[in-house]
Amino acid sequence: MTGAKALWATLANHGISTVFGYPGGAIMPVYDALTFYPEVRHVLARHEQGAIHAAEGWAKATGEIGVCIATSGPGATNLVTGLADAMLDSVPLLAITGNVARHLMGTDAFQEADITGITLPITKHNYVVRDVEELPRVIAEAIRIARSGRPGPVLVDIPKDVQLAAYAGEVAYPHARPEHPAPKPEAIAKARELLLAAKKPVIMAGGGSLDASAEITALARAWDIPVITTLMGLGAFPSSDPLWLGMPGMHGSVAANRAISEADVLLGIGLRFDDRVTGRVNGFAPNAAIIHVELDAAEIGKIVRVGVPVRGDAVVAAKMLTESAQKLDLPEWRAQIAEWKSRTVTPTEWGAGFAVKSVVDRLRPDDILSSDVGQHQMLAAQLARFEKPRRWINSGGLGTMGFGFPAAIGAGMAEPGVTSIVIAGDGGFQMTLQELATLKMYDIRNVKICIINNSYLGMVRQWQELFHEKRYSEVWLGDSNPDFVKLAEAYDVPGYRASNAEELPGMIDAWLADPKSALLEIVVPHEHGVFPMVPAGAALYEMIETEPPRKQPAPDLSAEMAEAAEGAKNA
Amino acid sequence: MSDYTMTEQPKDHLVSALVRDEPRVLTRITALFGRRGYNIRSLSVGATEHPGLSRMTFVVTGDRGVVEQAMRQLEKLHDVVRIIDHSLEKFVDRELVLVKVAISPDSRVEVRQIAEDFRSRIVDVGRHALTFEVTGDEGKITAFIEQMRPFGILETMRTGRIALTRGSNADIPSHVYHDGETETLRPAVESVEPREERARDVPNLF
Ligand SMILES: Cc1ncc(C[n+]2csc(CCOP(=O)(O)OP(=O)(O)O)c2C)c(N)n1
Repeated sequence: MTGAKALWATLANHGISTVFGYPGGAIMPVYDALTFYPEVRHVLARHEQGAIHAAEGWAKATGEIGVCIATSGPGATNLVTGLADAMLDSVPLLAITGNVARHLMGTDAFQEADITGITLPITKHNYVVRDVEELPRVIAEAIRIARSGRPGPVLVDIPKDVQLAAYAGEVAYPHARPEHPAPKPEAIAKARELLLAAKKPVIMAGGGSLDASAEITALARAWDIPVITTLMGLGAFPSSDPLWLGMPGMHGSVAANRAISEADVLLGIGLRFDDRVTGRVNGFAPNAAIIHVELDAAEIGKIVRVGVPVRGDAVVAAKMLTESAQKLDLPEWRAQIAEWKSRTVTPTEWGAGFAVKSVVDRLRPDDILSSDVGQHQMLAAQLARFEKPRRWINSGGLGTMGFGFPAAIGAGMAEPGVTSIVIAGDGGFQMTLQELATLKMYDIRNVKICIINNSYLGMVRQWQELFHEKRYSEVWLGDSNPDFVKLAEAYDVPGYRASNAEELPGMIDAWLADPKSALLEIVVPHEHGVFPMVPAGAALYEMIETEPPRKQPAPDLSAEMAEAAEGAKNA
Repeated sequence: MSDYTMTEQPKDHLVSALVRDEPRVLTRITALFGRRGYNIRSLSVGATEHPGLSRMTFVVTGDRGVVEQAMRQLEKLHDVVRIIDHSLEKFVDRELVLVKVAISPDSRVEVRQIAEDFRSRIVDVGRHALTFEVTGDEGKITAFIEQMRPFGILETMRTGRIALTRGSNADIPSHVYHDGETETLRPAVESVEPREERARDVPNLF
């Protein structure tokens, strides 16, 4: 057996059924050995970034580890964005890279990159396997590290000669899943005391609470405490429950942001108080004692003052807090919250919000919704309703344009029985659109692409409008966008287009009913904004609830300026 | 109720870490400090009595919250087996310094006398300079340097502080954070696999 075969055998032993990758010189022995392991399916992406985002989509939808593979040098560096993305969103991921042979390492050889050095700050851990004897052990350990505690990406770099070296040892099997520490009873008791005395309590659940969704739901109902789910935590609590207040933060709901600003006790579960969630930190939950349930000790107290740290597994913590629950009778708080909730804006006019709502209203509970990054992402997060966890896939921490489409492919491949819908902007889709070829190659039938085409890098344009006096610098795409329908068809992917509210429902029907993966382009007005919005650097209570009335466009001064220039020349 | 982000005057904190003796460990740790903006004032690294384990002692400047956060981030690194915050226990610490002092026929005797008072050894004798070796805690070394300063210090080199917890259960502090014991301190030293130095027969292939 070679090192390369030992690699596949180890992955197979770990139940890895699918890997996403792209071959090259320094990983060829691994690709050669792949032909002996039909139990592992390899998906050829069209760019390593596509491969790693697909692996992330797989992992986010299933909660299981995603695996991607690339060659040395440029292949490896193309993984960097995905690794950083997985690091910030705590995605369990194994990235395998080839490298030049050991004797060439450090010599600036052809296609050599110090990928472990490059990825040091954006991986949970990384390895160079310098001895074939260590290869299966390292792979098993890498998978364990990626999945344990707060999950994250681990990279294993394998020099080419190690892939080729003979291996006679055992092939590694999975490590037992490490048990998460249970929270201390004293901490739970303190938290309970605070909750019992609370007049305006609120629960805030983040991405780390997705696997504790049932327990958190029981907890909230037992105490009768309203729940806010962060961008990463959407689905951790059913949206249909009257206790749900929506998403907090920069584009959070009025109810969520006002409730945080007024709360006297905030119970945070599995979250890290990202600045897009907190707004200005010293204005975040200014009146609240914060209870923070979190597995990762380093997150407790990192950003906000925590009154009661509860270090441990969210499932266990939520159960412990439910056991001692006592229904809180807080009519005033409820009335206040009902008033805030009534301020939810539903887009009724034709525009990006209307389009996104029309699409997400069609989601069934099992459908997976991915998004790319931009206005459409925030609109989807505001407007979609999730009843279950792991049905919402997006790049929260890094905000990676180009993430959505390949992630939807990964999620769709992980769950071929469900529809995997992605909403993308005309900007971000073009960053990884070559993955249309992946749909074609594997005849994937459950991925539905929706492009919200506003001819702008919309989110940047919105900031320019609000904070740079409408100087729209380098955000116009309208002149150079492709014909998205034709583009899709070039890859054998059926394309649909809607440009107004009347034709949209019919097009959505046809697009969803298409037996193949299909693309729907929705052409919307150029200048819509996403609101509510908390300007960067402001506190949550300083949020702008609705879109300010649009000012008159700046007068066209070009003629005057030309005249002035002419005058200057003549003078 | 403990408060984790309490601010107080920044001061020096002496911390040791037992780390796996793997390539890039030092980079990993210093990169973590650098990225998060913690300044390391002094750092010393050496092998331990346990194969496969090295010990680092560093001095971080910051308030309690900053240092605790730095330690928690460190603790997450796979290579870090145990963190010891010396401020929570009684400890001994030492630093070694080499000091080259200018001498003249007039000052020679006095310089030697001061060195003797500090139990410092002369490690190099030149016509115009003497080099001393001093070990001690930070205070002693600073005092030595201050005493020598008027004669003219030509060069100094300090090793950075090293420290051990006092007592028989040295290095196993009863607690590390003020919220009591931490589970993450469990990973036993025994779980560290020493890296054997294997002969490197590298085939020449592309
Ligand atoms: C890789 C990358 N580059 C740049 C950005 C900055 N950025 C954030 S949103 C955005 C605009 C996205 O435009 P589009 O994809 O058209 O979506 P829209 O906002 O119009 O819905 C940009 C450029 C980013 N998030 N990621």
